[in-house]
Amino acid sequence: MLATRIIPCLDVDLGRVVKGIKFKDLDNVGDPVEMAKSYNEQGADELTFLDIGASYKSREILIEVLEKVSEQVFIPLTVGGGLRSTEDMRKALNSGADKVAICTSAIENPSLITEGAKIFGSQCIVLSIDAKRQGNSWYAYTHGGRNNSGIDAIKWAKKGENLGAGEILLNSIDKDGTKEGYDIELTAKISESVSIPVIASGGAGNPDQLVDAVKEGKADAVLLASLLHYGEYTIKDIKEHLEKKEICVRW
Amino acid sequence: MIAIIDYGAGNLRSVKKAFNHLKQDTIIAGKPEDLDKADKVVLPGVGAFGSAIEKLRETGFYEATYDWLYENKPFLGICLGMQMLFEESLESEDTRGLGIFKGKCPRFKEGKVPQMGWNQINITRESPLLEGIKDKSFFYFLHGYYVEATDTGTVIATTDYFINYTSMIQKENIFGVQFHPEKSGETGLKMLSNWLEIC
Repeated sequence: MLATRIIPCLDVDLGRVVKGIKFKDLDNVGDPVEMAKSYNEQGADELTFLDIGASYKSREILIEVLEKVSEQVFIPLTVGGGLRSTEDMRKALNSGADKVAICTSAIENPSLITEGAKIFGSQCIVLSIDAKRQGNSWYAYTHGGRNNSGIDAIKWAKKGENLGAGEILLNSIDKDGTKEGYDIELTAKISESVSIPVIASGGAGNPDQLVDAVKEGKADAVLLASLLHYGEYTIKDIKEHLEKKEICVRW
Repeated sequence: MIAIIDYGAGNLRSVKKAFNHLKQDTIIAGKPEDLDKADKVVLPGVGAFGSAIEKLRETGFYEATYDWLYENKPFLGICLGMQMLFEESLESEDTRGLGIFKGKCPRFKEGKVPQMGWNQINITRESPLLEGIKDKSFFYFLHGYYVEATDTGTVIATTDYFINYTSMIQKENIFGVQFHPEKSGETGLKMLSNWLEIC
C-alpha cells in the first residue's frame, strides 16, 4: 500500500536552519546537512528545503547544501524559495534536488510551470500555494504570504495541475505556526479538486492533527517543521501514532 | 565501470551519486561508444515513453542498448528505463519499445496519478537482486504508467496501487525495477549493491 509521506521541512537562511533550532542530539545545531542526515536516519520519507533568505547569496549556499545532502541522503529532496526561471530550476536539480517548488514566480508567470514540466517532467514541479481564508474562500498569496494575488486558491490548484505541476504543497497562512492543526477544509477541497498529490502544511501541533489531515483532509503527505525541530516528537513517534490509526506508513 | 545512459532526459545525478556512494566508478554515457568502456549498464528514466524511445533512437542508444541486452550483459532499467524494455506503452501506442520483455504499459485508472511515494513490494519469486531484502519492503515510486508483463515467469515482485502490477522483473542478467532504488534509502542502496554483486 502507498504510505502517507512524512516530510520534514527545513527553512534555510544563509546556510542555517532558522526555524526551531533546539536539536538536542546534534552537535552542530541548526546545520541543514546534519539535520537532513538525522531526519533521514529517523525515517523521514522525503525532505524539503526552503530558502527563506531570498538573496542571491543565500540561494547559492543552499545549492551547496543540496550537493552535500544528496551525496549522503538517498531519499527524495525538494528545494524551493526564489526560483524564478527554468535556469534556476536546472541549477537546483543539478545540485541534487529531485523536485523544485515554486510559489510567487508561478503566480507571476504561470507558464513557468509548463516550461519546467516540459524540460524536467511534471514529477519535478511542485506548485507551492500559500493560502489565506477570506469568508468562504481562500486566496493564493505571494512573497512569503505578504501579498494577496486575488486568485482563488482552489482554482489556482486546478490550473496548476493543468499547466503541468506534479504535486501541490499547500500551506495555510492562517494556521501556520498556530499548532491548532492543519486547515482541513481547505486541504480536502484542494485534494478533491485535483488528481495530483497534495502535501498539507502549516499548523501541526500534535500527531492527531496529522491523522485528521490525512483522513479528513485527504492529504497524501504532511509537511512538518517545528513539531520535529523542537524535539517534541520524533518521526518514529509520529509514524507509530499514524499506524495505530490505520494509516499506512513506511518503515 | 557502470555506464549510466544519458539520452537527454531525466535526472541522472541521483543514480550516479548512489553508485558513487557504493564506491563504484560510473560514467555518464552520452554516446553509444561510451558503453564499450563499461561492464554494466543502467538505463534510468523519467518522462514520457514515446519521447524517451525517440531520444534513444536519435542518439544511437536504441541499437547499442538492444545489442547489449541481446548479449545478456548486466543491465538495470529504472522506472521508465524498465518500461522501455517492454514492447509498447499505451502512453504512445505508435512507438515500439525494446521488446526484451513481453507486455505493455497501461496508465493507472484509479487513485492519484502519478503514483508518488513509498510503496511495498510483494516478492513473487526468489532473485539474487532481493538478497537480504524482506517481503513488503518499501521503495520510492513515481510513475503514471505501469508494466503489464505477459510472461509472468519474468516477474520477481509486484506492488499494489488500486491494482496489483509488476514492479520488478528479471531475465538472466537483465533486471528492471519500477521504483527508484537510488531514492529508496538504505533498502534501495542494498538492492543496488545486490545488483553489483550479481553482475
